[in-house]
Amino acid sequence: MITTLKQPTLRGYYGEFGGAFVPEMLFNNVEELRTNYLEIINSDSFKTEFDALLRDYVGRPTPLFEARRLSAKYGARIFLKREDLCHTGAHKINNTVGQIILAQRLGKTRIIAETGAGQHGVATATVCALVGLPCVVYMGAVDIARQAPNVARMRLLGAEVRPVHSGSKTLKDATNEAIRDWIANPVDTHYIIGSVVGPHPYPDLVARLQSVISEEIRTQLLAVTGSELPDCVVACVGGGSNAAGAFYHFLDEPTVRLVAVEAAGLGVHSGHSAATSVLGTPGVIHGSRTLLMQDRDGQITEPYSLSAGLDYPGIGPLHAYLGAVGRSEFVAATDAQALRAVGECARLEGIIPALETAHALAVLGDLNFKKTDVVVVNLSGRGDKDLDTYLKNMEGLEE
Amino acid sequence: MNRLQAVFQPQKKVLNMYFTAGYPALADTLPIARALVAAGADILEIGMPFSDPLADGPVIQGSSTAALANGMNLRVLFEQLRDLRQHLPTTPVLLMGYLNPVMQFGFEEFCRAAAEVGVDGLILPDLPLAEYQEFYADVFARHRLRPVFLVTPQTSEARIRQLDELSESFLYLVSGPGTTGGTAPTDTSSQTAYFERIAAMNLRNPRLIGFGIGTGSALARAWQHADGAIVGSALIQALATAKDAPAAAADFVRELRHSAEIPAV
Repeated sequence: MITTLKQPTLRGYYGEFGGAFVPEMLFNNVEELRTNYLEIINSDSFKTEFDALLRDYVGRPTPLFEARRLSAKYGARIFLKREDLCHTGAHKINNTVGQIILAQRLGKTRIIAETGAGQHGVATATVCALVGLPCVVYMGAVDIARQAPNVARMRLLGAEVRPVHSGSKTLKDATNEAIRDWIANPVDTHYIIGSVVGPHPYPDLVARLQSVISEEIRTQLLAVTGSELPDCVVACVGGGSNAAGAFYHFLDEPTVRLVAVEAAGLGVHSGHSAATSVLGTPGVIHGSRTLLMQDRDGQITEPYSLSAGLDYPGIGPLHAYLGAVGRSEFVAATDAQALRAVGECARLEGIIPALETAHALAVLGDLNFKKTDVVVVNLSGRGDKDLDTYLKNMEGLEE
Repeated sequence: MNRLQAVFQPQKKVLNMYFTAGYPALADTLPIARALVAAGADILEIGMPFSDPLADGPVIQGSSTAALANGMNLRVLFEQLRDLRQHLPTTPVLLMGYLNPVMQFGFEEFCRAAAEVGVDGLILPDLPLAEYQEFYADVFARHRLRPVFLVTPQTSEARIRQLDELSESFLYLVSGPGTTGGTAPTDTSSQTAYFERIAAMNLRNPRLIGFGIGTGSALARAWQHADGAIVGSALIQALATAKDAPAAAADFVRELRHSAEIPAV
């Protein structure tokens, strides 16, 4: 009997999704992590160190801000969980702070990571600088071109950014190259995966490290509304790490509606989309059985979204499972809708969100809220990195 | 005695040649297979191209991308291999590839089609051992397909023994850390120690060394430490610029064997 939706099986399965489909070259790396991660991250000394860094370095707890003008517009009590105020500008650092402590405790002396929009790369480069470990970040050549400020930040932080020219030259291929690096450096290297994807135990590990988001939401809501439980939590999903963190402590609370917002690109069925829950079918990507976008021969296809952080062809196995059992609902927002939401959030609340985050804001009008509904939107990142895109689309930001 | 058992004879050193199906041209698969065997390949490992081949380096990934662009898929491959056993009655043939295309084809369906054209075994690097034992061993057995398991320098002795127990073909010794198409290390002492450690285990199955075996001297070293070797990326590179791919494949194998068999000076 399933008593909790959070916890995968020993072999890393959420229902039919998950597992660890890795070649023998990675077996030991993944097994070392699998047999040690729970003991380490549940230890008092880890928690003490992790909590202190989250507080003093990341700046947690992040505010839960009641957005009155958005609330008035959409007819609900809308709260924004301000992950954009984390050090480095997004929720990504919650995970990298946890994983760098884990890596040190496993005796690792070299860190690798993949990055799409560059936020996870920056968050990884940051914690490597903090503890003095060498850091290599794999990034698709296409993404390097469209996220130049983050590339500069990573280099400034002392990381080596390795351009990936294989395949589609984006996040999927950056992940392939990071995995290949890990195959070539199986002993001294820890791979900090940036989302709730990859072989077990990564989806569970990253979800647990990001779960601080929903843990704080509960405490903060209680103080403001008298209840720990909102009526609805909304978060954008690429691989799904910010959504996993925002949903985590509400997964076993059936009254809380969980909405995962995917990137529809030019439209879910336009042929240029990253809406994996609609367009994806079960398959194996990056060591995990999950929903992924593929052709009928099982070749993984390239998703499209204007936002570099959401154009991943799969979703984390936890999200595939939550969707399959009806615990979460998937909706989608197009590039155009996300851009409009950027402008709206900027003008109504004085907050410029990341383009990824704006997908979550873009669906607020579609969710049929009651006036009394308490809604939390996970404001996963800030928009500085996207200013170039915004400047090029100024008309799209208007009403 | 099946083809995979028959190929291993006392004192004989085996050469297993990998090539990507549908590369450099879609219709090259069977002609290259025949040319490789005519020139001295003992086992064939036919790569089923995948968009995201995690265990492979840039050369094999490049050939996979090209093969997919040529229109290769599993249906086309099985059609191309329909007359395989008319042309190559005794050569063991393995299919190597990643799980996802096989799953989309249907695992049982795939095994049936492979067995029908006369395939002897499968190398699916991202099929984990635990999954294999629980869900797939029966399917393999039903279609008389033998799994080939990989062993790396990090694989524990207990796990090697377990793989040896489950295997009825050969163990694929990955020569060192890294993906396919690497080069031999400049200091070979730790690699030699690894090969010797495995050799001293007295395993049931023959051992073939692969990854980074692209030259005659690397092949000679592999033959010295195991029952055979697997060569892939170096062949793919030789095919990339070839006008007549089957002829180039044959030349490659002849030259490789020749240079491996010259005594070292």
